[in-house]
Order: sequence, then C-alpha cells, then structure tokens
Amino acid sequence: MNKTTQTYPIGSVQDFLLQIGRVVIAGNVELAVFRTSDGAIYALENRSPHPKGGPLAEGIVSGHFLYDPLYDWKIDLRTGEVQAPDQGIVMTYPVSLVGDIVTVSL
Amino acid sequence: MTTIREKLVLVGNGMAGIGTIEQILKLGGAYDITVFGSEPHPNYNRIMLSYVLEGSKTLNDIILNDWNWYEDNNITLHTGTMVTRIDEGSKQVVTDSGMLVPYDKVIIATGSNSFILPVPGSDKEGVVGFRDISDCDAMLAAAKQYNKAAVIGGGLLGLEAAKGLVNLGMDVTVVHLMEDLMERQLDRNASSMLQAELERQGVKFSMGKQTVELSGEQRVSGLCFSDGSTLAADFVVMAVGIKPNVTLAKDSGISVNRGIVVDDYLQTSMQNIYSIGECAEHRGMCYGLVAPLFEQGMVLAKHLCGSDTKPYEGSIVSTKLKISGVDVFSAGEFLDSPEHTVISSKDEWKRTYKKILLKNNVIVGAVLFGDVTESANLQKLVKQGAVMTDEIYTEVMGTGCCGGGAKKSTSVEAMADEEIVCGCNGVTKKAIVDAVTEHGFTTVDEIKACTGATRSCGGCKPVVEQILQFVLGDSFQQAAKQGICGCTTLSRDEIVAEITAKGLKTTKEVMNVLGWKQEEGCSKCRPAINYYLGMMNPDTYQDEKESRFVNERMGANIQKDGTYTVIPRMYGGVTTPEDLKKIADVSLKYDVKVVKVTGGQRLDLIGVKKEDLPKVWEELDMPSGYGYAKSLRTVKTCVGSQFCRFGTQDSLGMGALIERKYERLDFPAKFKIAVNGCPRNCAESCTKDIGIVGNDGGWEVFIGGNGGIKPRIADSFCKIKTDEELIEVCSAVMQYYRETGNYLERTSEWVERMGLERIQMVILNNEDNRKELAARIDFALTQVTDPWKKMLNDSSTRAALFEETRV
Ligand SMILES: Cc1cc2nc3c(=O)[nH]c(=O)nc-3n(C[C@H](O)[C@H](O)[C@H](O)COP(=O)(O)OP(=O)(O)OC[C@H]3O[C@@H](n4cnc5c(N)ncnc54)[C@H](O)[C@@H]3O)c2cc1C
Ligand code: SF4
Ligand code: FES
Repeated sequence: MNKTTQTYPIGSVQDFLLQIGRVVIAGNVELAVFRTSDGAIYALENRSPHPKGGPLAEGIVSGHFLYDPLYDWKIDLRTGEVQAPDQGIVMTYPVSLVGDIVTVSL
Repeated sequence: MTTIREKLVLVGNGMAGIGTIEQILKLGGAYDITVFGSEPHPNYNRIMLSYVLEGSKTLNDIILNDWNWYEDNNITLHTGTMVTRIDEGSKQVVTDSGMLVPYDKVIIATGSNSFILPVPGSDKEGVVGFRDISDCDAMLAAAKQYNKAAVIGGGLLGLEAAKGLVNLGMDVTVVHLMEDLMERQLDRNASSMLQAELERQGVKFSMGKQTVELSGEQRVSGLCFSDGSTLAADFVVMAVGIKPNVTLAKDSGISVNRGIVVDDYLQTSMQNIYSIGECAEHRGMCYGLVAPLFEQGMVLAKHLCGSDTKPYEGSIVSTKLKISGVDVFSAGEFLDSPEHTVISSKDEWKRTYKKILLKNNVIVGAVLFGDVTESANLQKLVKQGAVMTDEIYTEVMGTGCCGGGAKKSTSVEAMADEEIVCGCNGVTKKAIVDAVTEHGFTTVDEIKACTGATRSCGGCKPVVEQILQFVLGDSFQQAAKQGICGCTTLSRDEIVAEITAKGLKTTKEVMNVLGWKQEEGCSKCRPAINYYLGMMNPDTYQDEKESRFVNERMGANIQKDGTYTVIPRMYGGVTTPEDLKKIADVSLKYDVKVVKVTGGQRLDLIGVKKEDLPKVWEELDMPSGYGYAKSLRTVKTCVGSQFCRFGTQDSLGMGALIERKYERLDFPAKFKIAVNGCPRNCAESCTKDIGIVGNDGGWEVFIGGNGGIKPRIADSFCKIKTDEELIEVCSAVMQYYRETGNYLERTSEWVERMGLERIQMVILNNEDNRKELAARIDFALTQVTDPWKKMLNDSSTRAALFEETRV
C-alpha cells in the first residue's frame, strides 16, 4: 500500500510554551507537541507506550527527554524511545518551521 | 557443513527450567530446544505474584521471557500443553494432546503444586492455592465480590497472600497450626514481632488452630477447627505448603521419593533425563525458593554444554518476606539449641531484633527483624561458613564505626566469580563485574537494567552496591553517595545550603552551578528544587510551571484516562445549599462522570475533560480545594460544641479558621489536619499530619499521623490552653516541617527522622524560635493566590495549557 504524507500547520511558535506540552489533533492522530528549552519542537503520538496507556503531553520535559505524567517513564523526544530500565517506543512525526509557523507531517 | 544438533526437551516452562536454558544459550550450547509448559503464559517471575496481588505490579510487569525471546532464540514453545510420559524405549516425550516429540536429553522442571489440606470440603468453590497466575486472578476476582477471607498457613506465602487481600479491602484472618508464624524460618522473638507488625497493618490471626473441615453448600462459608470453634469465611486461600510435582517422573518409571531423585549433576535414575527446581530432590532436600534453582541450573547448564563444573552440593537458603513495611530475614539455622553460641540484641522501642548463631565459632545462621541492612552480608557469611572475628562482630552488630567499608569490599573480593549474588534472578558476581567493566555502568539502576539483579525482592541490593564499590574503587565514592536523584550527588541539605550561600535564583541556576549531570534535571529533582526555592524566597521566587507535576500545573488531578478531577474548597467540611446547587449544575453541564464524597469531607467531580477545566472553575466560582497539591488538603472536623452534646470545643469553627489561614501554601508533601470537639475523636486525628483534639480546658495537638501506604498513629505533641497558642504552635510545626522536610517526605517520616523530642525542643522549649517560625509562615502566606482565578485571568497560558488545537 502506498502511504501519502500530509503536512499540517499547527500554530505559531509562541503557541507552544517552553517545556510544556500541548495537545494537537492533526487529521485523526492526537499529538503531544513539545518545545524544548533550546527552541526545538517535537511531535509525538499522545499515547504512553506503558501497557496502561494514558497521555504524554502533561509530562515534565528536561533537555530532549520527557518524563511521562502517569508512570514517570523517561522518553527520548527525538526518537520516541523509552529509556532503560523500561522499554517501548512512541511514534514520532517530523516537524518543520516555515517562518514562524510550525508544521508537522504525518 | 551442517551438524545435526542434539534435541533437548524441557518440561516445565517455569523459572528453574528457563533459567537453565538461558545459561545454556549463554554458554553457546548447540541444542535444538523444545519447551512444554502447562500454563498458557510465557515464563514469568512467580515470586512477584505477591506484588501483582498487592497491586504494585501488573501481570505484564512480571513476564521474564516474552514470546519474542523464544522466537529469537529458535526455541519451539508449546504452552497449555502437559507432558504425560517420557518413553525411554523410543526416546520420545508424549503429551496430553497426543503429540510425540523425540529427544536426546530431557530436563524435568515441573515445579510444585499447592498442597491442599485433605479435609472434607476442601474441594468447595471459593478455595484456592497461591501458586500461579490463575490463582492470583481468582483472588483478585474474589476480593471484588466477597468480604471475609481466611488464609490457612502462616508461612511466607500465606502472609504475603493475606497482606495482598487486606490491600484489596478484604477482612482477612490467617489461620495457623503452630503458635509462631513462619516457624520454619524464624525464632519465637522474631515471629511475635512479625505478628504484632502485621496486626498493626490490619491482618487478623487465629493461632494454634487445626482446620478439620470447610463448611458451606456449594461455596465455602466457613472453617471448623479441631477444638470445636469455627470461623466464617467466604473465600479460603490454602497456603500450607507445596508438593513437588512428580507425576510425570513417576508415570515414566523414574525413581521418586518426595521429589524426583537426582545426583550431584542433576541426573535422574533414567539415562539422559535430568531434573531441577522444586520438583527435584537432591541429597534428601527439596527446595522451595528460587536461589537454589539457579545454582542447580548453572551446574546443569555447564554439564550439558560439556564445560567443566563443580558438582552441585546443596544450597543454604535465606528468606525475605516481600511485604512493604515489614522487614524480616533469616538464613541458615535459626533456632538456638545448647550447641549454639547465641549473639542477640532486641530493641523493643525501635522494634528491631538481630540474632546470629555460632557453632564452634562458625557463623551458621541469622535472623533479622525490623532492620535488615546486614542481611546480604550475613547471608554471605553463613554461606561461606565464616569464622566469627572481632571485625565481623563489629561490622554486623554495629558497635564501633570506622573502616567498615574497606572490610566489606574485601569480603566481596573473596567471593567466587560464579557465586550467585541475586538469587531471584540468578545473577552471578561475574555478570555484575562484567556489566561494570564492559559497559561502564556505575549505578545499581543501570546494573538492574542490564543484568536483572535487584529486580525482584531487592534483598541483594547491598551486595550489588559492595561489588560496584569494589570494582570502581574511588570512582564509586561519587556514585555511592546518594544524592536526591540520579542527577546529583548532593543531598537535600547540601543543596539548600548552597542555594543560600550562592544566592541561587532558579532551578536552572541551581543545576548549572552545582554541576547537575543532566542539565535540566529530571522529574524527581526539578519539582523538589522548585519547592525549595519557593520555600526559601516566598516573595521573590518566580514559580516554574514547567517544573511542577502535571496535577499542580493544571490545578486538577489527572486520571488514568487523561481526564481530570476537580475539588472545590469546603472549609472545615461545611457547605451550603447554594454551593451544592452550583456544583450540581456544573456537573450536569460538563457531563461529570461521578460526583464523589472524598475521605476529607468534600466533593470531587471526577472525569472532567482537560479543555473544560477553566470553564468548570469559572462557573463554580469557588476556591480551589488543592486536592491535587503538595499543600494543605483538608481540615476534617467533627460536629463539635456548636451542636454535639459531648463537645467541649468549637471544632467546626476552629477547623474552618485553620483551613482558611493555611490554604494554598506549598508543603514538602500533602498535608492533612483534623479538629475534634472532644477526645471521642470522631474526625480521626490520629491519622493526620496535625490532629487537634479539644478537651475541657483547651486543646491537645498530635503530629505525624498517616493513614496511607505506611499507616502511623500520630504522636501527642503538646497540650495548650488558648486558641491563639494553638494557632501559633500549628504555624511553627508547619513552618519547621516546610523548612526541614525533604521534598515528598510526609510528616510521618519527618517525625521519625527528626525525632519527636527534637521537634518539641525547637518549638515548645524556645518561645523566640516558635514566634519566628510563625512569623515566617505568616509572611509566606501573604504571597499566595488562588491558582484557578489566576489561570482564568491569563488567557494565553490558559489556551496553551488547556486547549487542544485541531487541524
Ligand atoms: C506467591 C509466591 C511467592 C514466592 N516468593 C518467593 C520469594 O520471595 N523468594 C523465593 O526464593 N521464592 C519464592 N517463591 C517460590 C518460587 O516462586 C519457586 O521456588 C520457583 O518459581 C520454582 O521454580 P520451578 O521452575 O521449579 O517451578 P515453577 O516456576 O512452578 O515452574 C514449573 C512449571 O511447569 C509446569 N508444569 C508442571 N507439570 C508440567 C507438565 N507435566 N508438562 C508441562 N508443564 C508442566 C507448571 O505449570 C509450571 O509453569 C514464591 C512462590 C509463590 C507462588
Ligand atoms: S469528637 Fe466529641 S465533640 Fe466531636 S462529634 Fe465526636 S463526640 Fe462530638
Ligand atoms: S535477590 Fe531478590 S532481587 Fe536479587
């Protein structure tokens, strides 16, 4: 099957508070979008890989890591990889900046 | 060229069998492996079932080898399949489903079954053992439906089951045949201390009772004892012992005694057939713990892979009970007889007990209760059959102090490479040393992630630390010193001192200047530093939303499905018809799932959607109840002298006054207060951080109570005449706690750490001090504002925090 990528503008940079996640629904995917203190923006699927699930957007952000709000798993925002000793992976989506506008491609 | 691999069949997909297979794979053994297991699951950590029952782990958490592991290692796995016979003539195993599988070698690791007392009625509905996932599921289901449980058997299994059922809300009685609990591991002293502690945690006991019948119709309804007495129970757990599972061996003509008889290389009476684990009997011993199984597995794996191995010569077992807040340990011999020299010390105040048994000056056994820090050390000494010396005595009995570390590392040095450090997970000293030298790991957490050591009961942690220290030498000094989290080696007090000394202003500055390993900290230290900074500079510190846990940032409690709960204030647990009406209207309008009366006398609106939160607050137009925060939660009150005929003080009035005065201020952890009108104590002061009880001439103050994970009854702090003095003392206690408490430390732990006398001295014996503390909290209180109001007035933050974007 051929998968086409679609790009969505999701707001301007200022809409994303530093180190505080925001929920964005793009198409039919719920994203958690984070702006780290160095200004980079990351978009992940807003679903914890923990077997009990739950959201990610409300976690604590440190550097390019996220501590998930319900189970405190440490997740790399760049790759979506859960850090040891826990295991799992979160879907990540490419983000780009066009002027002041943040876009994400799914 | 391809060589034909030998066919190895494992019967029993449990810890002993799979442990052996893992060793064989590590040694590069060239076998075609087939595994049969009668349970429908991949291999899981059976000993963690206690945690599943208690609720701190899920079934998923305890899987040791998931389905992929079998596939990745080319192992053929048949779950839900019983092997019924081994046919020596045709060299095939036969299953209940009619499968025939040829073998060159077989390992029988069929474990044991729960021993079910052969008394009338034991086959009734509602009677289970405690052995596997299905038993555990049965218990979880029963707890939902029934209330009264009996656990027959006061050993390790029975007690863990009982505590689990208590946690699930059942009324549980442990029925034990003997007068002492865990009499096969503990002496009378330790066992009576254990019983007292468990009673404190809500388990009931019926000792010296022999069960002769289970009564009831189809379902069990009670127990009858040999002395004619009875006990009502609608659920019964049999934890009286285990029976090695020898059916397969017996039916195949292999020689069995109590267990399947094996020699020092785990070989049974039938050629090419081996047996290990709980089903095996070696030199007359059947073991019921995991450590021996791994020792057996190691010998067998080497034997099967043709590498050199010493014979298996038996194991010395040690026990640790996995119930939080109850520390007991025993190793080797534990009952003293005239041939023993006994070293013992019992401290009835701290509730600790320590006993070491010597035979001809050799350490042969030990029992610990309350304080088990020396457990790993003692276990090793018992195992080695060490001769007691002055140094060892000082080390384990804790007199004298200096140089202990150096001595400990020498004993780790003396440890053989192949010695098992973590019995639960079969991790050897060498595996840990390799993890350090090859991967550069330096912390216990990293070792845990890499080798599995310390993952289960945690009993091996001290030895793992000693090995780290031994291998890393000086560089461990840094890692060894426990900082407040993995990001720093500094303690709370050091950090607070540095903040003052260097005038640090933000969490970023603290982490930068004090050399944090992870630049922006982690979810443990950032909220802590944010609290300390705010506590120290109440007027100038700019609170960092991004350093707060989600609940405090959102002003509401996140639930597992991502919705929130909202709790408005109800001062002293008093509300009005107008407020109730408003709450009802808002609940209807925003489709609140449940309106619940909380334990703290107020209403909780459960299931509010994140984006609705600001509107809910706006329309409620009430102050936040801080039901989410490390702050003053509720002030619980009784009816008091305004209405109650026993009342001597106005608890309603005082409760509301206190709640209004101290609300909104940050504390190290959540903070609860109760105010009662008289010593009948209807609002339960004994489980609150501050409990206030009215009496005829004034008030009595209690501190450090807790009703949560680790219940603690509050200590009486002082008696007071006037309301003004009461407020001053409360202020001083709260501020002293704010200034000296570790972040997340409840007052119950704080009082134990600081000592009640010390707190009394600081606050009661020194009036200046008390007044200064009270003045400091008053100053901090002038800085607080209602978070809901604040958020409603800040529309951009409000949008970024609560609204989702849809594109
Ligand atoms: C609740 C609980 C808590 C415990 N706590 C501790 C503790 O703290 N410390 C400790 O050291 N030990 C503890 N134990 C004991 C420990 O779990 C056991 O000693 C260990 O699991 C035994 O391993 P095993 O491989 O010999 O047997 P098992 O793990 O029982 O494995 C045997 C497997 O073989 C299967 N089987 C049996 N017959 C057949 C057949 N004919 N064909 C195919 N499959 C078959 C069984 O279904 C089972 O899955 C605890 C046990 C329980 C139940
Ligand atoms: S504690 Fe005393 S005053 Fe308060 S309700 Fe109970 S009996 Fe009445
Ligand atoms: S000995 Fe139990 S976890 Fe290591």
